[in-house]
Amino acid sequence: MSSSEKYAPPAPPSDTVAALLAFTVLAVLIMPTLDVFGVIDHFTLNLWGKYLCYALLALSVNLLWGGTGLLSLGQGLFFALGGYMHGMYLMRMIGDQGQYHKPIPDFLVFLGWTELPGFWKPFESFSFAMLMVFLLPGVIAGIFGWLAFRSRIKGVYFSILTQALTYAGALIFFRNNTLMGGNNGFTDFKYELGFSLREPATQRGLFIATAAALIGVVIFLRWLEGTKFGLVQRAIRDGENRTLFSGYATPAFKLFLFVLAALIAAIGGALYVPQVGIINPSDMTPEKSLEAIVWVAVGGRGTLLGPILGAVFVNLLKSYATRAIPDLWLILLGGLFLLVVLFLPGGLVSLPSKLRGLWQKTTSTPATAA
Amino acid sequence: MRKTFIIFLAFLAGFVAAFAEAPQAIIARAAVAKSEKTQGEILTELMGNADESILPLLDAWRKDRLFLYENPGKPTAVVLLEGAKDAQGAQQATDIVTGKPLAVRLVADDLNAATHSANLRRIMKAVLDLTDLSSANPAKKLGAIAAIGQGQQIEKLPALEKRLVVETDPKAIKALREALALVRLRSPDHAVKLAALKELESLESLASTDFLKTVMKDAAAAKDEKLLAAARSALQAVERHRTVVDFGGTLFRSLSLGSILIIVALGLAITFGLMGVINMAHGEMIAIGAYTTYVVQNLFANGLALSPFGFSVGLPGLHAAGWWRESYFLFALPLSFLVAAGAGILLERGVIRFLYRRPLESLLATWGVSLLLQQLLRLTFGANNVQVGSPAYLSGNWIVGDVLLGWNRVFVIGFATLIVVGVWLVLTRTSVGLLIRSVTQNRSMAACMGVRTERVNMLTFALGSGLAGLAGAFLSQIGNVGPSLGQSYVVDSFMVVVVGGVGDLVGTVISGLGIGSFDQFTQQYSPTVAGALANVPFVGGALQNLAQDSAVFGKILVLCVIILFLQWRPSGLFAARSRSLD
Repeated sequence: MSSSEKYAPPAPPSDTVAALLAFTVLAVLIMPTLDVFGVIDHFTLNLWGKYLCYALLALSVNLLWGGTGLLSLGQGLFFALGGYMHGMYLMRMIGDQGQYHKPIPDFLVFLGWTELPGFWKPFESFSFAMLMVFLLPGVIAGIFGWLAFRSRIKGVYFSILTQALTYAGALIFFRNNTLMGGNNGFTDFKYELGFSLREPATQRGLFIATAAALIGVVIFLRWLEGTKFGLVQRAIRDGENRTLFSGYATPAFKLFLFVLAALIAAIGGALYVPQVGIINPSDMTPEKSLEAIVWVAVGGRGTLLGPILGAVFVNLLKSYATRAIPDLWLILLGGLFLLVVLFLPGGLVSLPSKLRGLWQKTTSTPATAA
Repeated sequence: MRKTFIIFLAFLAGFVAAFAEAPQAIIARAAVAKSEKTQGEILTELMGNADESILPLLDAWRKDRLFLYENPGKPTAVVLLEGAKDAQGAQQATDIVTGKPLAVRLVADDLNAATHSANLRRIMKAVLDLTDLSSANPAKKLGAIAAIGQGQQIEKLPALEKRLVVETDPKAIKALREALALVRLRSPDHAVKLAALKELESLESLASTDFLKTVMKDAAAAKDEKLLAAARSALQAVERHRTVVDFGGTLFRSLSLGSILIIVALGLAITFGLMGVINMAHGEMIAIGAYTTYVVQNLFANGLALSPFGFSVGLPGLHAAGWWRESYFLFALPLSFLVAAGAGILLERGVIRFLYRRPLESLLATWGVSLLLQQLLRLTFGANNVQVGSPAYLSGNWIVGDVLLGWNRVFVIGFATLIVVGVWLVLTRTSVGLLIRSVTQNRSMAACMGVRTERVNMLTFALGSGLAGLAGAFLSQIGNVGPSLGQSYVVDSFMVVVVGGVGDLVGTVISGLGIGSFDQFTQQYSPTVAGALANVPFVGGALQNLAQDSAVFGKILVLCVIILFLQWRPSGLFAARSRSLD
């Protein structure tokens, strides 16, 4: 590309806008309505709520990997941290309705605590918990990112370090003495803002909130792509050294993106917890983060629709396969991933154009031959 | 020459015989002794000098089956009557001193049994209690000695003293001196106590800490300055020694953990260095090696029945026995290398060669392979851990100056050294090594010189995977073998590669040892620093809480240090220098 050309941000392909619009209508209006009238059962809606949370995680992975060329193998950490912060509020809302009927969470009673540890106290406030959903993942991403990008750690090294980061997080949260529920994490939630989590209406509300958050994030990311910032971001992906030598402080850009991605993941995690009803340290293991990468790869990285599509598709497949063919699920996942990386680097979203190309080739070949 | 030697031997035998009266002879002497008091005194001589062999004799005595045969004109013989009775009720009589049957057969009713009183029986019991002191089994002997010392059983002091006179094993002598000193701490005699403290100080006895503290407390209560000073100085000596021993132990464990890390990371470092491919399936290559060892072990034993995907495959076994069976590991080593290397070639040909110049994609693809392989292993060998027996020679300990060196850890270190030297020889002394190094240093230049880099890639991948297989064979000897065996080492081995850099074998060695020692030393000393951590502003409490769990704390500190280390050297210890910029 010659550098004298004036850059104009690519206009969003009309089908993307249409897809987004269709999705908005479907997720925010149609599915909850169908649920109200009992056409789809509550379980299904709940399951889709979970997929949409995963879609947020996938967007976070994609912002770094597809958008900036940073493959983070540790986004699951921020997802889980967001979930844990919200979970702390939900644990406090159980009140004394736990199994031990004490005013502190059951696992603390089990560990021999009679009083709430100091750092648990502010989590009675919903707004404090929501602040922490953003603050903790943001600060951790900020410190780690600052250290990593400052010393120009990149490529595979960055991937491995982020993997180690989430591994360390899992180790810490697996401990009982961290006072975050240890192995079992948090579960048995009862109320969110006074609404019972067992009520279908509450779950419906959470579903709509998730869909709205997802749409909000997509619109924000779409907007960001179109700004000059988005341009620099893609420049970093395609040639970091050239961008650096053109006078852009790439470490600062990357740091901002890393923190932003962590926040998106944290939103996903925070919405995930009340819908799924459990959060535990296994969500921080490197495998979970890698799974999120599979979603992005399968859906199509570098696009906004791809990660969402991938997260939903792979998890639908997972829900089906772990029930129907549990022994073969990992083989299926590994194989699918392998095939996509090898033969369909653009993911599912690139499939239509690929097929179209293939179709044109096959139809035009006889014509040229004739 | 030989004659002198024989004379010397004869002399020695005579000397020993004359000096140490056989326990059987002592018992015979006691049995015929006139008064009960003399009997008791004679039996007491047995304390600490008799082994388990006297048990049947004393048992017979207590049950009135030890008979005195008064042979006219000769000293009274002490005999046991054994075997079937004949028509007259006579049995075969065995002299307990010589152990040989007498010429005459005797009738039990005609003979007097050796007498015994309650007091005598008590002495016999005490003697029997102490038979372990002269046990032929060194471990049993040491255990018995230590038990007496730890119990401060003052009534057994004479036995210990006697044993010390005849004991020849230096380990046992040291244990005896320690036990004697510990027991003597309870002596009423002031001088004896002081001497015992001196002895403990010179022995630097680790077992004595609690006893020394008790003595100090008592001495302080009794305002006995001299005793207090002696006990304090002994305690200081012991604590000094303990610090040294702990340090030695930690150093040794560091070395062995470092060796494990080197072994699992070596193959990874080679492939990464050459091709820029982080092989996420490296852990599964390790598992393949471990399972190969498992299969070989079973082939040497009773065979193996596998049922992958519902097919059942029965592998016949060799039913080997003895050393032949124990030697299975020697066959398993090369096989696990070959099998894993084969899997590595398949992986390289089938997947990775399509992804060169896309390192992140190859990382992901190998992760997909890792999932596949893990599940395949699970379906073939079952989800549970399988048993790989380690040979008996790996289970012992080796104690050097109070530092306990487990044989399996010594084996770990030796094995790592061998592999590192082996890889170094391959890389520097063979033509394959030359090619690998040339491609690592400058791929395009090597290609221009006619090196077939594609082939070198394949060979390197085979070498790296084979090394992982070796690591698996080796890990099977010191831990469990399961489908996710490799997973537990994968993050650690990545860390070793990241810190070591990719240019040099030395980097991997130093980084493996460094991470291993850092981990072990933080684990050893984290309880000590936990208190100091509480003073850190803001996060002090959290840090202190974390430091309680030294294993987790160690791992997390390692990660922090690695991240800080990379601030200083972003591409590891030994980065390949290059002027190229992407």
